[in-house]
Amino acid sequence: MSQERTAPGATGAFVEDPEAPEYSAYGGDWSEIADEAARLGQQRIVVNMGPQHPSTHGVLRVMLEIEGETVTETRAGIGYLHTGIEKNMEYRTWTQGVTFCTRMDYVASMSQEAVYCLGIEKLLGITDEVPERANVLRVLMLELTRIGSHLVAIGTGGNEMGATTVMTTAFIGREDTFRVIEMITGLRTNNAYIRPGGVSQDTPEGAVEYIRQMIPKVRQKLDELVDLQLQNPIFKLRLQGVANLDLAGCMALGITGPILRSAGLPYDVRKAEPYCGYETYDFQVPTSTESDAYSRVVLRLEECYESLKIVEQCADRLDQTVGQPVMVADKKIAWPAQLSLGADGQGNSLEHIRHIMGESMESLIHHFKLVTEGFKVPAGQVYQAIEGPKGLLGVHLVSDGGTKPWRAHFRDPGFNNLQALSILTEGGQVADVVVAIATIDMVLGGVDR
Amino acid sequence: MSDSQDLTGTGAAKGGPQMGDRERITLINVREGMFGAKGDTSGYDLLVTPVQMPGASERPYGEWFDGAVNVLEELLGERADAAIEYVVVDRGELTLHIAREHLVEVCEHLRDDQDLRFEMCLGVSGVHYPADAGRELHAVYPMQSITHNRRLRIEVAVDEADPHVPSITSVYPMNNWHERETWDFFGIVFDGHPSLARIEMPDDWVGHPQRKDYPLGGIPVEYKGAEIPSPDNRRQYR
Repeated sequence: MSQERTAPGATGAFVEDPEAPEYSAYGGDWSEIADEAARLGQQRIVVNMGPQHPSTHGVLRVMLEIEGETVTETRAGIGYLHTGIEKNMEYRTWTQGVTFCTRMDYVASMSQEAVYCLGIEKLLGITDEVPERANVLRVLMLELTRIGSHLVAIGTGGNEMGATTVMTTAFIGREDTFRVIEMITGLRTNNAYIRPGGVSQDTPEGAVEYIRQMIPKVRQKLDELVDLQLQNPIFKLRLQGVANLDLAGCMALGITGPILRSAGLPYDVRKAEPYCGYETYDFQVPTSTESDAYSRVVLRLEECYESLKIVEQCADRLDQTVGQPVMVADKKIAWPAQLSLGADGQGNSLEHIRHIMGESMESLIHHFKLVTEGFKVPAGQVYQAIEGPKGLLGVHLVSDGGTKPWRAHFRDPGFNNLQALSILTEGGQVADVVVAIATIDMVLGGVDR
Repeated sequence: MSDSQDLTGTGAAKGGPQMGDRERITLINVREGMFGAKGDTSGYDLLVTPVQMPGASERPYGEWFDGAVNVLEELLGERADAAIEYVVVDRGELTLHIAREHLVEVCEHLRDDQDLRFEMCLGVSGVHYPADAGRELHAVYPMQSITHNRRLRIEVAVDEADPHVPSITSVYPMNNWHERETWDFFGIVFDGHPSLARIEMPDDWVGHPQRKDYPLGGIPVEYKGAEIPSPDNRRQYR
């Protein structure tokens, strides 16, 4: 360990002055503590917000140095949700990795699955062989996830400012997207649905109809959120001109996603570098030049409407591609069986079990080899990026030619964007810190991985 | 000037100080046996397979790659030979292996030149190749140009015994946390970083968990009398 500087301790103040008095804020009245500080002539107060705090979107520690109600310095402390997912993925097959990376940003599970599988497909050189229907299903899932993620951002953001109705409305809308996702994948979140080469199963009976029924319901909830928030004077006073970050700041800090687009740059990976056939869908990339917290709420709502437009187009394409495969034809890569729903829950289809257990020894060997050993991926490295709900989500994959990743590194947009918390909050009010956290919209599961 | 040098040769070019006379390629791993377990009776146990990254590419690189490398070489002038160790084009992606002494200058050119204009660095990903003697730790920087809608990769390799890479936060402030993460997980010291503290692991953690020699951890689990080893100790296919 050749670390030269002595890092600040995990607990205690982060100031270097050992003489600085500490105040404990448990069980007391804040005004008493402030009075005590004033009596001692101490101007500088460091407040810990979190790690366990209802408005930190997970387990985030925010260290605030305040003067009265003004924040003079902000630091974010992360790592409380680090679970070593990247390291774990090096010990599982390429296919099993999907179940790990889906748990990073658990509010937008599908994004990690998609970027990871696109990366594997690039390594394998089979990007163009993924069937059209699989791509349509991926786009459908990605857009439903985007709506869900934005609704969480808007809903929890509202809740943190005391508007519980915003949260309940948003979560009802999100639940409608989950119903479709659950019907198709079998799970609400952490789906492990997108697999290398395609998706784990085709749509069940009546799925397209169900999607079409869902669209107006979600649109209604979006309308309600628009009516509830955007002209509300309290909401506007609370968000307009707060947490500003102009384009120069965004570029310096590598910000992507709604925050970058709120500063006026229409950068969206779906348009700039289309994947899964996004170039064939009709949708807009909303932007704004206000670069404040309010404009980001507006952008997220607009993006949800655009996503619904894409979902509609996906429904049409699902109708047109009925019966087409949802997994690559190469049997050395494709998972041997599609999942199906039986009396005892979801699993390999009965026909497949009958086939491998009763009819064909070769199929059993093939199944066994592919499921336990996995497929080999030629040595090399790739970088794949997609537009996650929160910004540019990237994955750096290295293969050593084996059945497991040599290295899988995810660039979670929240990890990068959280760096902006200091610049968004310093010089502002303490109460606006909550607004800034909500406007970054990171999920600590993704930040810490 | 681009034709006056042998970027892709196997040892003939001057190369960076670390590259020396060695082959311009990354050795990912040396795999022994076929099934990951020692002492099986199949005879395959004795197989030794070196696994390498795709090696240095010859010109023309294709797409926009030649132009970008030309511009960079022109900007670097006489330092180009030493700075760019070798170039790899694989799977439609451009990788520039850069000597660490020249990393910051290369980054400045990548960001500032109007024909390159890589405004964003998408972080740094560490990779550990224990078999690649003298170049065990790699820092991999994906660069994103929004202006030209291009992406390239900068790769810097250092010795495990001397894991120092200059910080590029002076050029790309966005890399602040990313470099802290790579220090935390791989022990690459980014010289000149404003505050290179651990970010994911606790401050007093010992070791760098994502290095290959760091165990995954986990405990064996007993199930119906049989013991199932932890994931990294299981017999596994490689």
